[in-house]
Amino acid sequence: MAAPLCVEVEFGGGAELLFDGVKKHQVTLSGQEGPWDIRNLLVWIKKNLLKERPELFIQGDSVRPGILVLINDSDWELLGELDYQLQDQDSILFISTLHGG
Amino acid sequence: MPAPTCASCGSARAALRRPRSGQALCGSCFCAAFEAEVLHTVLAGRLLPPGAVVAVGASGGKDSTVLAHVLRALAPRLDISLHLVAVDEGISGYRDAALAAVRRQAALWELPLTVVSYADLFGGWTMDAVARSTAGSGRSRSCCTFCGVLRRRALEEGARLVGATHIVTGHNADDMAETVLMNFLRGDAGRLARAGGLGSAGEGGALPRCRPLHLASQKEVVLYAHFRRLHYFSEECVYAPEAFRGHARDLLKLLEAARPSAVLDLVHSAERLALAPAAKPPRPGACSRCGALASRELCQACALLDGLNRGRPLLAIGKGRRGLREEPPACAPPAAAPTPAPAPPPPTTCAQQNDLRSRSVTCAYQTSIGM
Repeated sequence: MAAPLCVEVEFGGGAELLFDGVKKHQVTLSGQEGPWDIRNLLVWIKKNLLKERPELFIQGDSVRPGILVLINDSDWELLGELDYQLQDQDSILFISTLHGG
Repeated sequence: MPAPTCASCGSARAALRRPRSGQALCGSCFCAAFEAEVLHTVLAGRLLPPGAVVAVGASGGKDSTVLAHVLRALAPRLDISLHLVAVDEGISGYRDAALAAVRRQAALWELPLTVVSYADLFGGWTMDAVARSTAGSGRSRSCCTFCGVLRRRALEEGARLVGATHIVTGHNADDMAETVLMNFLRGDAGRLARAGGLGSAGEGGALPRCRPLHLASQKEVVLYAHFRRLHYFSEECVYAPEAFRGHARDLLKLLEAARPSAVLDLVHSAERLALAPAAKPPRPGACSRCGALASRELCQACALLDGLNRGRPLLAIGKGRRGLREEPPACAPPAAAPTPAPAPPPPTTCAQQNDLRSRSVTCAYQTSIGM
């Protein structure tokens, strides 16, 4: 049983364009049966924040290849990726790398 | 599980794991390692000798922003001077915003900036005008083919204007790997022969070019920009969805997911490629019109512009350059024919255009840039 959580979800590198151009979102996740991990955060984002073209952000149950995920400024690879269990006041940043440079 | 501790400083929390070594580093140590690697690439390849005046191709995007920032940090050590050169292709709603980012960077870093435009260099042929000219040609849009050639020429002109001795661009390992794939997919033996080089030595009077970031993965470029708090322009060019490179990029991303080292492995494979004797391209000569390096009578830029000016834009696209040896047009095209850069493209009524547009569903960024 997971208690309700407040986390900050941020989008950068162009990904914000899929979210009405808004970069930072303060998100309250309600208490629920299972834990809040990145996997179900993505489901939540798709349902509640994503404004258009979900295929540009999500692929399957993960992010589209080319989108980096930083949790509290650390690469999610170090923290278990989709299985990382969210904690109150965590900051999750999604940076798109999919554009010319 | 908590992040491990940085393997380098042993005190801060690790922010990422380097793909090649598997080493976990904090943001600060990673940035130092990234800069050290770029320094090594430049020194080991003797890319930028002391005293070099370096023109940095600056687009405002992530790669050239990181490139300029790193080279600026390394400039005293390398004893080089830097000059930002930005190319204005005349793409309404896209390039103007990107140039604004470059101007901010030039001011922030106190680096001189020169902007060169297609409109000035190529007789009014902005990319918007080229796109309109190629719109009705069927299949996928080939305007990106023009842009690649013309931008390189524009960068060369800009570099000469500022008295540069070398040109650097921000191509990263992913870009290089995509290019290798594209060349294979198109059977482009000539380019494959050159694909692996660290840079071109500058034959035929062209300025030497190199890509100091060519061994840096795109992911690490973005992370460097993040940890150094660098601001860059991150929208996709309005014509990019139709470029062939997109297919190579999608393929590369799939490959990378299955085998992370595939990106760098592709770059190294290309470096080691040797062509069969029959496939080797002929020694290049000089363009009969402008004198630049050319493997045929006309260099690519002149051939493409020729096609545009004759109202047959695809003349120089694809193998064989069919019809190029025809006699020149009876009268020169009117100078007013291509629309000057400042005017935004008028809404098009060409059915083909609508087709392409309806394939890419209108979304926020397309609307915001007036498409």
